[in-house]
Amino acid sequence: MKYLDEYRDAGAAHKYAQEIARLTTRPWSLMEVCGGQTHAIVKFGIDELLPGQITLIHGPGCPVCVTAVELIDKALEIAARPDVIFCSFGDMLRVPGSRTDLLAVKAGGGDVRMIYSPLDAVKLAEQHPAKEVVFFGVGFETTAPTTAMAVYQAAQKGLKNFSLLVAHVLVPPAMEAILGSPDRRVQGFLAAGHVCAVMGYEEYIPIARKYQVPIVVAGFEPLDILQGVLMCIRQLESGRAEVENQYSRAVRQEGNRPAQQLVREVFQVVPRKWRGIGEIPQSGLGLRDAYAAFDAERKFGVVGLRVEESSECLSGLVLQGKIKPRECPAFGVRCDPEHPLGAPMVSSEGACAAYYRYRREPNTAAA
Amino acid sequence: MRSGKVDFGGVLREVSLAYVPEVKVGDYVIVHVGFALSRVDEAEANQVFAYLQEMEELTDLEDRGASAPPASPGGSPPFPAPSGGR
Repeated sequence: MKYLDEYRDAGAAHKYAQEIARLTTRPWSLMEVCGGQTHAIVKFGIDELLPGQITLIHGPGCPVCVTAVELIDKALEIAARPDVIFCSFGDMLRVPGSRTDLLAVKAGGGDVRMIYSPLDAVKLAEQHPAKEVVFFGVGFETTAPTTAMAVYQAAQKGLKNFSLLVAHVLVPPAMEAILGSPDRRVQGFLAAGHVCAVMGYEEYIPIARKYQVPIVVAGFEPLDILQGVLMCIRQLESGRAEVENQYSRAVRQEGNRPAQQLVREVFQVVPRKWRGIGEIPQSGLGLRDAYAAFDAERKFGVVGLRVEESSECLSGLVLQGKIKPRECPAFGVRCDPEHPLGAPMVSSEGACAAYYRYRREPNTAAA
Repeated sequence: MRSGKVDFGGVLREVSLAYVPEVKVGDYVIVHVGFALSRVDEAEANQVFAYLQEMEELTDLEDRGASAPPASPGGSPPFPAPSGGR
Protein backbone atom coordinates (compact mmCIF):
# COMPACT_ATOMS: atom_id res chain seq x y z
CA MET A 1 0.00 0.00 0.00
CA LYS A 2 1.35 3.40 -0.90
CA TYR A 3 2.64 5.54 2.01
CA LEU A 4 2.73 2.50 4.26
CA ASP A 5 4.89 -0.44 3.15
CA GLU A 6 7.81 1.71 2.08
CA TYR A 7 8.15 2.98 5.65
CA ARG A 8 8.80 -0.58 6.82
CA ASP A 9 11.87 -1.13 4.63
CA ALA A 10 14.32 -3.24 6.64
CA GLY A 11 17.42 -1.99 4.83
CA ALA A 12 16.61 1.65 5.52
CA ALA A 13 15.74 0.78 9.13
CA HIS A 14 19.15 -0.79 9.67
CA LYS A 15 20.85 2.23 8.13
CA TYR A 16 18.96 4.47 10.52
CA ALA A 17 19.92 2.24 13.44
CA GLN A 18 23.58 2.41 12.40
CA GLU A 19 23.48 6.17 12.16
CA ILE A 20 21.85 6.43 15.59
CA ALA A 21 24.52 4.14 17.07
CA ARG A 22 27.27 6.20 15.46
CA LEU A 23 25.95 9.44 16.93
CA THR A 24 25.19 8.19 20.43
CA THR A 25 27.99 8.90 22.90
CA ARG A 26 26.17 8.37 26.21
CA PRO A 27 22.89 7.06 27.69
CA TRP A 28 19.68 8.81 26.70
CA SER A 29 16.06 8.13 27.67
CA LEU A 30 13.36 9.07 25.18
CA MET A 31 9.62 8.79 25.65
CA GLU A 32 7.30 7.98 22.78
CA VAL A 33 4.07 9.65 23.79
CA CYS A 34 1.56 7.73 21.74
CA GLY A 35 0.41 4.17 22.36
CA GLY A 36 0.27 3.61 18.60
CA GLN A 37 4.01 4.28 18.51
CA THR A 38 4.54 1.93 21.47
CA HIS A 39 2.79 -0.85 19.58
CA ALA A 40 4.95 -0.27 16.47
CA ILE A 41 8.12 -0.24 18.59
CA VAL A 42 7.28 -3.51 20.33
CA LYS A 43 5.85 -5.18 17.23
CA PHE A 44 8.78 -4.39 14.95
CA GLY A 45 11.44 -4.68 17.67
CA ILE A 46 12.63 -1.11 17.09
CA ASP A 47 13.94 -0.82 20.66
CA GLU A 48 16.09 -3.89 20.01
CA LEU A 49 17.60 -2.27 16.90
CA LEU A 50 18.81 0.70 18.94
CA PRO A 51 22.12 0.88 20.79
CA GLY A 52 21.93 -0.24 24.43
CA GLN A 53 22.54 3.32 25.59
CA ILE A 54 19.14 4.45 24.30
CA THR A 55 16.10 3.62 26.39
CA LEU A 56 12.61 4.07 25.01
CA ILE A 57 10.13 4.86 27.77
CA HIS A 58 6.52 4.15 26.88
CA GLY A 59 4.28 7.14 27.45
CA PRO A 60 0.70 7.72 28.61
CA GLY A 61 -0.71 8.04 25.09
CA CYS A 62 -3.47 5.52 25.43
CA PRO A 63 -6.75 7.38 26.02
CA VAL A 64 -8.65 4.25 26.97
CA CYS A 65 -5.98 3.43 29.55
CA VAL A 66 -6.04 6.82 31.24
CA THR A 67 -9.83 7.06 31.45
CA ALA A 68 -10.61 7.24 35.17
CA VAL A 69 -12.37 4.29 36.80
CA GLU A 70 -15.21 6.49 38.01
CA LEU A 71 -15.91 7.56 34.44
CA ILE A 72 -16.04 3.94 33.36
CA ASP A 73 -18.37 3.24 36.27
CA LYS A 74 -20.59 6.07 35.04
CA ALA A 75 -20.55 4.50 31.57
CA LEU A 76 -21.55 1.15 33.08
CA GLU A 77 -24.38 2.74 35.04
CA ILE A 78 -25.74 4.57 31.98
CA ALA A 79 -25.29 1.55 29.68
CA ALA A 80 -27.33 -0.67 32.01
CA ARG A 81 -30.42 1.56 31.72
CA PRO A 82 -33.23 -0.04 29.70
CA ASP A 83 -33.93 3.13 27.70
CA VAL A 84 -30.31 3.55 26.55
CA ILE A 85 -28.34 2.48 23.49
CA PHE A 86 -24.75 2.86 24.66
CA CYS A 87 -22.16 3.28 21.89
CA SER A 88 -18.41 3.00 22.21
CA PHE A 89 -15.24 2.27 20.28
CA GLY A 90 -14.48 -1.44 20.56
CA ASP A 91 -11.47 -1.37 22.85
CA MET A 92 -13.41 0.28 25.67
CA LEU A 93 -15.75 -2.71 26.04
CA ARG A 94 -13.37 -4.89 28.04
CA VAL A 95 -11.88 -2.16 30.18
CA PRO A 96 -12.63 -2.95 33.80
CA GLY A 97 -14.47 -0.44 35.93
CA SER A 98 -14.41 -0.92 39.67
CA ARG A 99 -16.68 -3.97 39.47
CA THR A 100 -17.40 -5.00 35.90
CA ASP A 101 -17.05 -3.95 32.23
CA LEU A 102 -19.26 -2.94 29.32
CA LEU A 103 -19.20 -6.43 27.80
CA ALA A 104 -20.69 -7.78 31.02
CA VAL A 105 -23.39 -5.10 30.93
CA LYS A 106 -24.15 -6.17 27.37
CA ALA A 107 -24.28 -9.83 28.39
CA GLY A 108 -26.70 -8.81 31.13
CA GLY A 109 -29.10 -7.33 28.59
CA GLY A 110 -27.77 -3.80 28.15
CA ASP A 111 -27.86 -2.43 24.60
CA VAL A 112 -24.14 -1.78 24.20
CA ARG A 113 -22.89 -1.27 20.68
CA MET A 114 -19.42 -1.05 19.22
CA ILE A 115 -19.31 1.58 16.51
CA TYR A 116 -16.68 2.76 14.05
CA SER A 117 -17.38 6.49 14.01
CA PRO A 118 -19.12 8.91 16.40
CA LEU A 119 -21.36 9.84 13.48
CA ASP A 120 -22.80 6.31 13.60
CA ALA A 121 -24.18 7.16 17.05
CA VAL A 122 -25.92 10.24 15.65
CA LYS A 123 -27.49 8.03 12.97
CA LEU A 124 -28.69 5.59 15.65
CA ALA A 125 -30.28 8.47 17.55
CA GLU A 126 -32.19 9.45 14.41
CA GLN A 127 -33.30 5.86 13.82
CA HIS A 128 -34.38 5.25 17.43
CA PRO A 129 -36.25 8.37 18.60
CA ALA A 130 -37.73 6.54 21.58
CA LYS A 131 -34.28 5.57 22.90
CA GLU A 132 -31.50 7.60 24.49
CA VAL A 133 -28.32 7.14 22.44
CA VAL A 134 -25.11 7.80 24.37
CA PHE A 135 -21.62 7.86 22.88
CA PHE A 136 -18.57 7.33 25.09
CA GLY A 137 -16.21 10.03 23.80
CA VAL A 138 -12.77 8.68 24.62
CA GLY A 139 -9.64 9.98 22.96
CA PHE A 140 -6.97 12.61 22.58
CA GLU A 141 -6.96 15.67 20.32
CA THR A 142 -7.12 13.34 17.32
CA THR A 143 -10.55 12.08 18.29
CA ALA A 144 -12.00 15.27 19.75
CA PRO A 145 -12.90 16.79 16.34
CA THR A 146 -14.90 13.67 15.50
CA THR A 147 -17.00 13.74 18.67
CA ALA A 148 -17.30 17.53 18.38
CA MET A 149 -18.80 16.99 14.92
CA ALA A 150 -21.23 14.39 16.29
CA VAL A 151 -22.48 16.82 18.97
CA TYR A 152 -22.59 19.69 16.49
CA GLN A 153 -24.63 17.64 14.02
CA ALA A 154 -26.99 16.44 16.74
CA ALA A 155 -27.54 20.09 17.68
CA GLN A 156 -28.11 21.09 14.04
CA LYS A 157 -30.62 18.28 13.61
CA GLY A 158 -32.36 19.18 16.87
CA LEU A 159 -31.86 15.68 18.28
CA LYS A 160 -32.93 15.48 21.92
CA ASN A 161 -32.00 11.82 22.42
CA PHE A 162 -28.25 11.99 21.72
CA SER A 163 -25.63 12.66 24.36
CA LEU A 164 -21.90 12.32 24.90
CA LEU A 165 -20.10 10.91 27.91
CA VAL A 166 -16.93 12.94 27.59
CA ALA A 167 -13.56 11.44 28.54
CA HIS A 168 -11.35 13.51 26.23
CA VAL A 169 -7.81 14.17 27.36
CA LEU A 170 -5.10 16.50 26.11
CA VAL A 171 -1.51 15.49 25.45
CA PRO A 172 0.64 18.56 26.28
CA PRO A 173 -0.50 18.83 29.94
CA ALA A 174 0.39 15.16 30.44
CA MET A 175 3.83 15.75 28.95
CA GLU A 176 4.28 18.66 31.33
CA ALA A 177 3.17 16.51 34.27
CA ILE A 178 5.82 13.95 33.33
CA LEU A 179 8.49 16.62 32.86
CA GLY A 180 7.61 18.23 36.18
CA SER A 181 7.86 14.96 38.11
CA PRO A 182 10.72 14.97 40.67
CA ASP A 183 12.01 11.62 39.42
CA ARG A 184 11.91 12.67 35.77
CA ARG A 185 13.88 10.38 33.48
CA VAL A 186 12.63 11.59 30.11
CA GLN A 187 15.25 13.57 28.17
CA GLY A 188 13.49 13.78 24.83
CA PHE A 189 10.04 13.16 23.38
CA LEU A 190 8.65 11.64 20.26
CA ALA A 191 5.38 13.56 20.08
CA ALA A 192 2.23 11.88 18.81
CA GLY A 193 1.96 12.43 15.05
CA HIS A 194 -1.78 12.24 14.66
CA VAL A 195 -2.48 14.48 17.64
CA CYS A 196 -0.23 17.02 15.91
CA ALA A 197 -1.99 16.48 12.56
CA VAL A 198 -4.98 18.08 14.28
CA MET A 199 -3.31 20.49 16.72
CA GLY A 200 -0.08 21.35 14.92
CA TYR A 201 3.01 21.69 17.10
CA GLU A 202 3.18 25.32 18.12
CA GLU A 203 2.04 24.51 21.68
CA TYR A 204 5.13 22.32 22.18
CA ILE A 205 7.57 25.14 21.55
CA PRO A 206 7.24 26.71 25.06
CA ILE A 207 7.41 23.22 26.63
CA ALA A 208 10.68 22.40 24.83
CA ARG A 209 12.07 25.73 25.95
CA LYS A 210 10.86 25.62 29.56
CA TYR A 211 12.04 22.08 30.28
CA GLN A 212 15.01 22.12 27.85
CA VAL A 213 13.74 18.97 26.18
CA PRO A 214 13.83 18.11 22.46
CA ILE A 215 10.38 17.27 21.08
CA VAL A 216 10.21 15.57 17.69
CA VAL A 217 6.80 15.08 16.11
CA ALA A 218 6.92 11.52 14.77
CA GLY A 219 4.80 9.14 12.75
CA PHE A 220 3.91 5.53 13.43
CA GLU A 221 5.81 3.42 10.93
CA PRO A 222 9.21 1.91 11.81
CA LEU A 223 11.18 4.37 9.69
CA ASP A 224 9.21 7.30 11.14
CA ILE A 225 10.08 6.25 14.66
CA LEU A 226 13.73 5.58 13.81
CA GLN A 227 14.09 8.94 12.11
CA GLY A 228 12.35 10.57 15.09
CA VAL A 229 14.83 8.90 17.45
CA LEU A 230 17.74 10.01 15.29
CA MET A 231 16.51 13.61 15.19
CA CYS A 232 16.04 13.57 18.96
CA ILE A 233 19.51 12.07 19.58
CA ARG A 234 21.12 14.61 17.26
CA GLN A 235 19.53 17.38 19.31
CA LEU A 236 20.57 15.83 22.63
CA GLU A 237 24.13 15.16 21.49
CA SER A 238 24.51 18.73 20.31
CA GLY A 239 22.82 20.30 23.32
CA ARG A 240 19.73 21.56 21.50
CA ALA A 241 16.13 21.45 22.80
CA GLU A 242 13.82 22.30 19.91
CA VAL A 243 10.59 21.18 18.33
CA GLU A 244 11.14 19.37 15.04
CA ASN A 245 8.71 17.66 12.70
CA GLN A 246 9.63 14.23 11.39
CA TYR A 247 6.07 13.51 10.22
CA SER A 248 5.89 16.34 7.72
CA ARG A 249 3.92 14.32 5.20
CA ALA A 250 0.90 14.54 7.53
CA VAL A 251 1.62 17.32 10.05
CA ARG A 252 1.76 21.06 9.38
CA GLN A 253 2.92 23.49 12.02
CA GLU A 254 -0.53 25.05 12.38
CA GLY A 255 -2.37 21.71 12.32
CA ASN A 256 -5.90 21.34 11.03
CA ARG A 257 -7.61 24.70 11.59
CA PRO A 258 -11.20 23.68 10.72
CA ALA A 259 -10.95 20.76 13.17
CA GLN A 260 -9.52 22.98 15.93
CA GLN A 261 -12.30 25.47 15.33
CA LEU A 262 -15.11 22.98 15.84
CA VAL A 263 -13.39 21.50 18.91
CA ARG A 264 -13.28 25.01 20.41
CA GLU A 265 -16.91 25.60 19.45
CA VAL A 266 -18.16 22.50 21.27
CA PHE A 267 -15.63 21.89 24.04
CA GLN A 268 -13.81 23.83 26.73
CA VAL A 269 -10.65 22.88 28.60
CA VAL A 270 -11.32 21.34 32.03
CA PRO A 271 -9.31 19.56 34.74
CA ARG A 272 -9.33 15.78 34.27
CA LYS A 273 -8.38 12.81 36.41
CA TRP A 274 -6.10 10.35 34.62
CA ARG A 275 -6.32 6.72 35.64
CA GLY A 276 -3.20 5.71 37.51
CA ILE A 277 -1.78 9.24 37.44
CA GLY A 278 -4.27 11.49 39.21
CA GLU A 279 -5.81 14.83 38.37
CA ILE A 280 -3.92 16.99 35.88
CA PRO A 281 -5.09 20.61 35.62
CA GLN A 282 -6.40 21.81 32.24
CA SER A 283 -5.85 18.34 30.76
CA GLY A 284 -9.29 17.42 29.50
CA LEU A 285 -12.16 18.61 27.37
CA GLY A 286 -15.74 19.06 28.58
CA LEU A 287 -18.83 20.30 26.74
CA ARG A 288 -19.42 24.04 26.72
CA ASP A 289 -22.57 25.33 28.42
CA ALA A 290 -24.17 25.92 25.02
CA TYR A 291 -23.98 22.15 24.47
CA ALA A 292 -24.83 21.10 28.04
CA ALA A 293 -28.01 19.41 26.80
CA PHE A 294 -25.76 16.82 25.14
CA ASP A 295 -23.79 16.04 28.31
CA ALA A 296 -24.61 12.47 29.35
CA GLU A 297 -23.31 13.01 32.90
CA ARG A 298 -25.85 15.78 33.47
CA LYS A 299 -28.64 14.07 31.57
CA PHE A 300 -28.41 10.87 33.62
CA GLY A 301 -27.39 12.48 36.89
CA VAL A 302 -24.26 10.39 37.38
CA VAL A 303 -22.04 13.34 38.29
CA GLY A 304 -19.51 12.85 41.04
CA LEU A 305 -19.08 9.15 41.85
CA ARG A 306 -15.77 8.38 43.58
CA VAL A 307 -14.17 4.96 43.58
CA GLU A 308 -10.80 3.46 44.44
CA GLU A 309 -8.61 1.66 41.92
CA SER A 310 -7.48 -1.94 42.13
CA SER A 311 -4.21 -1.94 44.05
CA GLU A 312 -2.87 -4.96 42.21
CA CYS A 313 -2.80 -3.17 38.85
CA LEU A 314 0.37 -1.14 38.34
CA SER A 315 -0.93 0.63 35.24
CA GLY A 316 -0.22 4.03 36.77
CA LEU A 317 3.48 3.22 36.83
CA VAL A 318 3.33 1.79 33.31
CA LEU A 319 1.51 4.87 32.01
CA GLN A 320 4.11 7.19 33.50
CA GLY A 321 6.92 5.11 32.01
CA LYS A 322 8.22 4.14 35.46
CA ILE A 323 8.04 0.41 34.83
CA LYS A 324 7.76 -1.76 31.73
CA PRO A 325 4.72 -4.06 31.55
CA ARG A 326 6.73 -7.22 32.20
CA GLU A 327 8.00 -5.79 35.49
CA CYS A 328 4.44 -5.97 36.88
CA PRO A 329 4.04 -9.14 38.98
CA ALA A 330 0.52 -9.64 37.65
CA PHE A 331 1.56 -9.45 33.96
CA GLY A 332 0.52 -12.61 32.14
CA VAL A 333 -0.19 -14.31 35.47
CA ARG A 334 -3.28 -12.72 36.97
CA CYS A 335 -3.72 -10.19 34.18
CA ASP A 336 -4.18 -11.02 30.50
CA PRO A 337 -6.42 -9.70 27.71
CA GLU A 338 -9.18 -12.15 28.67
CA HIS A 339 -9.09 -11.18 32.35
CA PRO A 340 -7.53 -7.73 32.54
CA LEU A 341 -6.84 -5.97 35.82
CA GLY A 342 -6.32 -2.68 34.02
CA ALA A 343 -6.97 -0.95 30.73
CA PRO A 344 -3.44 -1.08 29.24
CA MET A 345 -3.89 -4.86 28.88
CA VAL A 346 -6.94 -4.51 26.61
CA SER A 347 -6.59 -1.28 24.70
CA SER A 348 -5.22 -1.41 21.16
CA GLU A 349 -2.86 1.35 22.30
CA GLY A 350 -2.02 -0.10 25.71
CA ALA A 351 1.60 -0.94 26.47
CA CYS A 352 0.69 -4.11 28.42
CA ALA A 353 -1.34 -5.38 25.45
CA ALA A 354 1.61 -4.72 23.13
CA TYR A 355 4.02 -6.68 25.34
CA TYR A 356 1.47 -9.46 25.85
CA ARG A 357 0.94 -9.78 22.13
CA TYR A 358 4.50 -9.43 20.83
CA ARG A 359 6.89 -9.98 23.75
CA ARG A 360 5.36 -12.57 26.00
CA GLU A 361 8.12 -14.73 27.42
CA PRO A 362 7.96 -17.45 30.01
CA ASN A 363 8.48 -15.96 33.46
CA THR A 364 11.71 -17.91 33.83
CA ALA A 365 13.27 -15.80 31.08
CA ALA A 366 12.81 -12.65 33.10
CA ALA A 367 14.39 -14.14 36.22
CA MET B 1 -21.21 17.51 5.17
CA ARG B 2 -18.79 16.62 2.40
CA SER B 3 -17.77 12.98 2.29
CA GLY B 4 -15.88 10.69 -0.06
CA LYS B 5 -14.91 7.09 -0.65
CA VAL B 6 -11.49 6.15 0.68
CA ASP B 7 -9.67 3.02 -0.43
CA PHE B 8 -8.00 1.28 2.54
CA GLY B 9 -5.84 -1.20 0.63
CA GLY B 10 -8.82 -2.55 -1.29
CA VAL B 11 -11.58 -1.89 1.26
CA LEU B 12 -13.71 1.12 0.36
CA ARG B 13 -15.21 3.21 3.12
CA GLU B 14 -17.27 6.39 3.16
CA VAL B 15 -15.30 9.00 5.09
CA SER B 16 -16.18 12.53 6.19
CA LEU B 17 -14.16 15.20 4.41
CA ALA B 18 -15.52 18.01 6.59
CA TYR B 19 -12.07 18.83 7.99
CA VAL B 20 -10.09 18.59 4.75
CA PRO B 21 -11.83 20.97 2.35
CA GLU B 22 -8.73 21.01 0.15
CA VAL B 23 -8.65 17.30 -0.81
CA LYS B 24 -9.38 16.14 -4.33
CA VAL B 25 -10.09 12.76 -5.88
CA GLY B 26 -6.84 10.78 -5.93
CA ASP B 27 -5.31 12.37 -2.83
CA TYR B 28 -4.07 10.27 0.09
CA VAL B 29 -5.48 11.13 3.51
CA ILE B 30 -4.94 10.20 7.17
CA VAL B 31 -8.25 8.82 8.44
CA HIS B 32 -9.34 8.45 12.05
CA VAL B 33 -12.73 7.00 13.09
CA GLY B 34 -14.45 7.95 9.86
CA PHE B 35 -12.91 11.40 9.40
CA ALA B 36 -10.07 12.45 7.11
CA LEU B 37 -7.87 14.64 9.31
CA SER B 38 -4.91 15.41 7.07
CA ARG B 39 -3.89 15.20 3.43
CA VAL B 40 -0.66 13.28 2.84
CA ASP B 41 1.85 15.63 1.22
CA GLU B 42 3.56 13.79 -1.65
CA ALA B 43 6.57 16.07 -1.67
CA GLU B 44 7.19 15.50 2.05
CA ALA B 45 6.50 11.77 1.85
CA ASN B 46 10.01 11.08 0.59
CA GLN B 47 11.90 13.03 3.20
CA VAL B 48 12.46 10.00 5.42
CA PHE B 49 14.58 8.52 2.59
CA ALA B 50 16.11 11.81 1.53
CA TYR B 51 17.26 12.37 5.13
CA LEU B 52 18.91 8.95 5.19
CA GLN B 53 20.67 9.60 1.90
CA GLU B 54 21.84 13.00 3.06
CA MET B 55 23.34 11.45 6.19
CA GLU B 56 25.10 8.76 4.19
CA GLU B 57 26.64 11.34 1.92
CA LEU B 58 27.81 13.32 4.94
CA THR B 59 29.23 10.17 6.53
CA ASP B 60 31.14 9.48 3.31
CA LEU B 61 32.55 12.98 3.37
CA GLU B 62 33.62 12.59 6.99
CA ASP B 63 35.19 9.23 6.28
CA ARG B 64 37.26 10.76 3.51
CA GLY B 65 38.43 13.53 5.79
CA ALA B 66 39.83 10.99 8.26
CA SER B 67 41.13 13.63 10.63
CA ALA B 68 37.65 15.14 11.23
CA PRO B 69 37.01 15.27 14.99
CA PRO B 70 34.05 13.34 16.39
CA ALA B 71 30.90 15.28 17.16
CA SER B 72 31.23 16.91 20.53
CA PRO B 73 28.22 17.58 22.73
CA GLY B 74 27.47 21.23 23.23
CA GLY B 75 29.36 22.21 20.09
CA SER B 76 27.93 22.96 16.72
CA PRO B 77 25.54 20.37 15.30
CA PRO B 78 27.46 17.64 13.51
CA PHE B 79 25.20 17.99 10.45
CA PRO B 80 23.49 20.86 8.74
CA ALA B 81 19.78 21.03 9.39
CA PRO B 82 17.86 18.66 7.12
CA SER B 83 16.13 20.21 4.16
CA GLY B 84 12.43 19.72 3.43
CA GLY B 85 10.34 22.45 4.96
CA ARG B 86 9.94 21.16 8.49
